[in-house]
Order: sequence, then structure tokens, then C-alpha cells
Amino acid sequence: MKLITAVIKPSRLDAVRLALGEAGVQGMTVSEVSGFGRQKGHTEVYRGAEYEVAFVPKMKIEVAVADDAVDLATEAIVEAARTGSVGDGKVFVSELQNVTRIRTGETGDAAL
Amino acid sequence: MKLALKKVCFGTGGAALALALPAIAAAQDAIDSGDTAWMLTSTALVLFMTIPGLSLFYAGMVRAKNALSVMMQCFAITCVVTVLWVVYLYSLAFGNDVNGFVGDLGKMFFNGVGTDAVQGSIPETVFSMFQLTFAIITPALIIGAFAERMKFSALLWFMGLWVTFVYAPICHWVWGGGWLGNMGVLDFAGGTVVHINAGIAGLVAALVMGKRAGYPGTPMKPSNLVLTVVGAGMLWVGWFGFNAGSELAADGTAGMAMAVTQIATATAALAWMFSEWISHGKPSALGIASGAVAGLVAITPASGFVGPVGALVIGVAAGVACYLAAVKVKRALGYDDSLDAFGVHGIGGIVGALLTGVFVSARFGGAGLADGVTIGAQLGKQFVGVLATIVYCGVVSFVILKIIDVVIGLRAKEEAEEMGLDLALHDEQGYNLQ
Repeated sequence: MKLITAVIKPSRLDAVRLALGEAGVQGMTVSEVSGFGRQKGHTEVYRGAEYEVAFVPKMKIEVAVADDAVDLATEAIVEAARTGSVGDGKVFVSELQNVTRIRTGETGDAAL
Repeated sequence: MKLALKKVCFGTGGAALALALPAIAAAQDAIDSGDTAWMLTSTALVLFMTIPGLSLFYAGMVRAKNALSVMMQCFAITCVVTVLWVVYLYSLAFGNDVNGFVGDLGKMFFNGVGTDAVQGSIPETVFSMFQLTFAIITPALIIGAFAERMKFSALLWFMGLWVTFVYAPICHWVWGGGWLGNMGVLDFAGGTVVHINAGIAGLVAALVMGKRAGYPGTPMKPSNLVLTVVGAGMLWVGWFGFNAGSELAADGTAGMAMAVTQIATATAALAWMFSEWISHGKPSALGIASGAVAGLVAITPASGFVGPVGALVIGVAAGVACYLAAVKVKRALGYDDSLDAFGVHGIGGIVGALLTGVFVSARFGGAGLADGVTIGAQLGKQFVGVLATIVYCGVVSFVILKIIDVVIGLRAKEEAEEMGLDLALHDEQGYNLQ
């Protein structure tokens, strides 16, 4: 099993959700994060007090998938999240040790 | 304000306007119901300026962790000053004159201020309540200077002592039959009594208490500018009660006061906005709202004395001057007047008070200088009024602050400031947003 973590532009969230659904991924966890790679931040000014804000708002999506579904899921995310401009984000794939469905106690692939 | 010897006005009323001492007429039929209705309304409008107008204006500008503390301070000041007002403060401000300095205690506990007491053409209760709303907003304005770092108990002590030893005397000097009013200083609705007073006290407090922890390096972004702009709008609307209500009557002067208030405010808002646009490159909502408040402040002393052209000039002057003071000078000098109590109210009040001396002249469409007084002479009187306010307020505010600091301490503890005053001082959070 793998944990796919994707950091994407907030405006692409809905497209990614739909694309993952079509790729057969059942659920996901989404959080609001901030970050930057190569994207520049912005400046805010309040009565002359100038603040350089390096962090850009992003959405983080986490999905747990079976090993044979990783490539399909990753591709779905990348296609749906891409806009072509700087700041589109990244997809990380990490090893997932175990998964348990809380309601039933199922573990492993059955819990995905 | 009609109470001081006022020889100039636009008014249509034939009634004598020179009231050196508050007159308690016995007859109910001395009351004009139109004037009274307007003054009842004005009182509500000016109270609305503090709660919630100013409260929101300020609360939106502080960090989220301190938003509730600002609202708490404004609310508490409203309550404390009200109680002190009825007990002795109204008497100190408007009681029988003692050497031109302060009123006596003859009106303590509203002695003599019953249902039938009359002040001019309105019930004295209404006059007193109207004046109370000014005594409330003046200390509330000061909190902008020391926002996010003052202990609540110290705040209550400071405000109670300040309205007693600074506000009441200065109010008496200008409106209560004291020496500034008698000298011919023109201050229609409180350029000196309210704004320079609050601005100077704020500056002194900011200097005595020191900067917020982390200022100016740490980002301290306004938590909710939407509320700030809402508050600015409430201040603007309420200010019609503040300025037009200071005529104490529903007449032509009140009408002109309302008109010049609107004109100066809009002009100042644009002046600040364009100043910022030129200087920084973009106009901002905080800027246009701040400019509006600067205009409101500056037109305050002038509102019953100047005409539309004067209002335009005062608006531009205030917008630019306050922009420079709050945005450029403050940063250059490095003091932490957190919400620009001095930059907006102090500077705006000074600009307005001085320009009143010029634009009262009939040459500029004003109400007209007093007989035999030139613009130069009137400017001189205005200057004395401004200087007297600055010096007296500055010195006495400093003394009060120092005493409180020694006895109980002014500032919240470091951990409290870090945690946020809402939690640390009030066990609450203004925003419990998940």
C-alpha cells in the first residue's frame, strides 16, 4: 500500500477530486496548507507596515491506495491539477505500513 | 458648542446664543420639541460611534488574539464613564465655573437635573447625555495607541483618572464656561476637547508603555479589515450626531455642519487614498477608511463655522497630513502608536483646529469672524487652544500613567501579550473559528 500526498493549487481541488473518483480512488483527506517551491509569495501593506509573505495557500490531498493503483492515481492527480504555471505543486508517494477501517476493524487492502 | 460665548453662527433661531453658564429654566415650554428630538437622536448616534463603531474599527485592526480585548475596553469605558458622569464628571465639566478652570460639584448625582430642567431649548438631561457620549468616545479613542499590551485593571484606573483630571477640565475650558471658550477659541464639536486630547494622551501612553513585543519586525497583520471598514462607516454616519448635534438645535447651522462633515470626510478619504496610490502604487481599503476618519476628525472643530469650500480644503489637508503622520513619520520615528491614535486624531485635530481659524472667515464662506477679530488673531487664539490642550493633556496624562505604573503596572505580562489578551486577561477568545 502507498500513501499519496499531493500539494496542489486550491482552485484545482474539485477537478482532482473528480479525477480520482474516476480512477477508482474511494476517499481522501484534504487540508489547507501553505507553502512554496519556485513560486513567489506576495506583499501586504497596512498603513505603511509592509509584510513580505513567502507562503502561498495550497491544498494537500492524502489518499491511501493499493500498490497496483499508484500509477493510475498519480496520473489522475497530475493531469487534473496541472495549469501550466509556476506553483502547480507536487505529488509525493510514500510507503504505507498498514491501514485499518475503524468501523469494521478490517485491515490491509480490504480497508482501502 | 453653543455653551461657550458664541458670537458667530449660521443659525436661523432668534434666541440668544451667548450662554456663559448653564441656565436652568423652570418652564417646560422653553423646550423646542424639534431641537429635543434631534438631540435625542444625536446622542444615540454618538454613542453608536463608540459601541460599536470605534470598537469594530479598532478590533478589526488588531491581531485575532486581541480582538475581543479591544471591544471589552471600549464597552467597559462606556460603562465606567457613564457612572462617573452622573456622580461628578458632568458637574466638573459643566457645573458653575471655578476660576475658568473647572466646574464646581453643584451638579453631583445630577442634582438639579430633573425632568423639568432645561438647557437652552432642550431638556438638560438630553444635553448631559449628549455630552456624556463625547466623554465616552474620547478615552475610547486613546486605546488605539496602546492596543494589544495594556492590563485591563490599569486601563480602568487610567480611564477613570484621565476623564476626571484631563477630559473634564479641558471640556470645561472650551464648552463649560472656562477660559478657552471665553477667550474666543473656536471648537464646535471637539477638535481640542476630543481629538487632540485623545491623540496626545495616546502618544504619551505609547511612549510610556513602550512598543509591543516584536514590533516592528514581527508581522502584526489586521485580523479583520472588513470589520474595520464597517466600523469606519458607522463612525461616519454617527458623526452627523457628533458635529451637527453640537449645534444643540435643529437649525441651519446643524444643516451646514452636516454638509461640511460629509464634504470634508469624503475629500480626506480620497486624499489619503490618492496619496497612498501615488506613494505605494496601490490604493487600499484601510487607507480610504483611515482617510475618512481623518477627515471626520479635522472637520470636527470647524463643523459649525466653515462652509463647503473650507470643508474641501480641510479634507485635503487632513487626508494628506494624517497619511504622512501615520504611514511615514511614525515609521521613521519608530514609536508604536499601534492604531494611530496620535497620527489620525492628534494630527487631524491640530490641522482642523488651526484651519478653523482661517476658514471661519466669511471670505471663505464661513460663518464669519467675531467683530474686530482678524484671521490672524483668530489663528492665534486657535493656536493657544491647541497648545494649552497639548501641554496640559500631555503632562497630566504622563503623571497619571506613571502613578498607575508604579502602583499596579501598566503593561500585561510578556506571556499574556504572547498568548493574546483575549485569553490571558479575559479567558475568552474573540474568534473560535475552526
